Amino acid sequence: MTGLSTDLLEQMYESALTIRRFEQVAIEQYRQGNIRGYLHPYLGEEAIAVGVISALRVDDYIVSTHRGHGHAIAKGHEPKLMLAELFGKATGYCRGRGGSMHVANLELNNLGANGIVGGGIPMAVGAGMAIKLKKTSQVIVSFFSDGAANNGVFHESLNLAAIYHLPVIFVLENNHYAVSTPVEDTALVNDLSIRAVGYGIPGFTLDGNDAVMIHQAMEEPLDRARGGNGPSLIECKTFRHGGHHVNDPGLYMPKDKLEYWRSRDPVDILRSRLVDSGVNGEEIELIDARVEKTMEEAVQFALSSPEPSLEEFLREAAEM
Amino acid sequence: MAVIKYRDALRLAIKEEMERDPMVFCMGEGIGERGGSYKVTDKLVQQFGKDRIIDTPLSEASFVGMGVGAAILGTRPIIEILFIDFALLAMDQIVNQAAKYRFMSGGQGRVPMVLRTQGGAGNSLAAQHSQSLEALYYHIPGLKVVMPSTPFDAKGLLKSSIRDDDPTLFIEHKLLYQTEGDVPDGETLIALGKADLKRPGTDVTIVTYSYMTLACLAAAEVLAREGVSVEVVDLRTLVPMDIECILNSVRKTNRLVIVHEAVKRGGVGGDIAAMVMEQAFDDLDAPVVRVAGKNTPIPFNLTLEKACVPTIEEIAAAVRSIL
Repeated sequence: MTGLSTDLLEQMYESALTIRRFEQVAIEQYRQGNIRGYLHPYLGEEAIAVGVISALRVDDYIVSTHRGHGHAIAKGHEPKLMLAELFGKATGYCRGRGGSMHVANLELNNLGANGIVGGGIPMAVGAGMAIKLKKTSQVIVSFFSDGAANNGVFHESLNLAAIYHLPVIFVLENNHYAVSTPVEDTALVNDLSIRAVGYGIPGFTLDGNDAVMIHQAMEEPLDRARGGNGPSLIECKTFRHGGHHVNDPGLYMPKDKLEYWRSRDPVDILRSRLVDSGVNGEEIELIDARVEKTMEEAVQFALSSPEPSLEEFLREAAEM
Repeated sequence: MAVIKYRDALRLAIKEEMERDPMVFCMGEGIGERGGSYKVTDKLVQQFGKDRIIDTPLSEASFVGMGVGAAILGTRPIIEILFIDFALLAMDQIVNQAAKYRFMSGGQGRVPMVLRTQGGAGNSLAAQHSQSLEALYYHIPGLKVVMPSTPFDAKGLLKSSIRDDDPTLFIEHKLLYQTEGDVPDGETLIALGKADLKRPGTDVTIVTYSYMTLACLAAAEVLAREGVSVEVVDLRTLVPMDIECILNSVRKTNRLVIVHEAVKRGGVGGDIAAMVMEQAFDDLDAPVVRVAGKNTPIPFNLTLEKACVPTIEEIAAAVRSIL
């Protein structure tokens, strides 16, 4: 048994399935030419976004990465407004000006995806400083990858959050690749969470495919952060289901590893947790159907939404 | 009204804004107990405490990034970068994050952050501590760039920059901190984007900013004794730039000299010259002349260093060359 309520498990399952289906639909739409540029699917990593964000309060913040659709959906972004943004439409979250790598919504307290690896980490620390100044008990989660964990700002940011005792939870999504470079080639340590020791903060490594375990593991870091005792580093180990982005076939990913991690599909794991907790097949099918409908409506909405106004854009540019 | 130093005017601006708005806070290296390397934040930590006057480790990239994140959440950080040469360590956070957040978010988020820094040659600090790098930030849409030349301008413009909702590079000059000028008591906000006619004239317009304003005014004095009436326009803000003020002056004098300490190649002066040519070509009776820094890193030797920066005589000679 998980200790989590059935309601919460259902929400988590629906969130993870929505991410899964959103990414799959986005890839289809990309192939049809309705999405251009870069698309970095979160497929296979759903448990991290769902596990972490389901433990947060609504008024907590997140900051994300170029692979940011999962975090956004887990935080409450509507698939239709997300898809419209990916289509570059005026109805998208960022009025078509941001696209996949910069999706953000401040009402949902998502400071946004970021096209620069590590770019959001110092911003998260700054948000933590603002929370401290305002004296609320909010926290901010900074999502980033094994790739970002080798960037200078990662190190500086952990140190800054530590010395100022800021309410930041650093979530390192170790999917074992920085684009195509395996993490074994870019770090000599097996568990990147050990880097926390160097900054005097707690760090630990988790199975990144079990959303329930991640949700439960958030309790201590959240208490610590809300209590004014500073940041923590949580490393979640996972694996992408495909290449780095939609046009990368991921040929460098060994078949046996892919099979192993796919056999531990985070969405399947959540579904079986639901079954274990007594939810019957019909209820689960209702959730599945609801997600499908949401995605169908999202595609219709995105397709039929208008382009942004060129005149408005040029006017705004003239004022910069 | 009192005569105070440029650095004291800056401190007053920070103090007044921090008293007025509890969301204003400062971060930087040595700004607390030490009072700042140029004494701009002297004694502020005693008044406002360590939660609002925050000493940082040597982590420019990340503490500038902290400013971005804190600003998005509605605070007003004043981030001090000790030397503009070090701002290069934070280029991603300045250019890719701060400058673009409002735009990429479709206008949802604002970054009301001030990056206070200083540049300029003249203290024998050599190549990595003496640069004038405003052109790099001038070139990035989404940033405002402010460069005051007097204590009065410094106070009014810093207050306005702090209240502005967009990221602002507030670039001071190391040789200006000890200069003195009249600063009235009370609120004297100066709007961003308004140049100042520091000296009216009729024969030639000099457009300049920051420390070079002093040299241009001195050159105008020299030229006045030769019967030449020089109008000195101090831009005060580079982005947004008061191009109307420049054009009005050129329409009056028909001759333009642009003076800046920054290296000539790719400097802001080239952009101003192009704009004036595009918009007031028929009002020009002579080519636009630029007097600017030599295209070289700043050397350590004092004589060599002085040779890199426009002198009063070079400015006067440039004016004479187009009469």
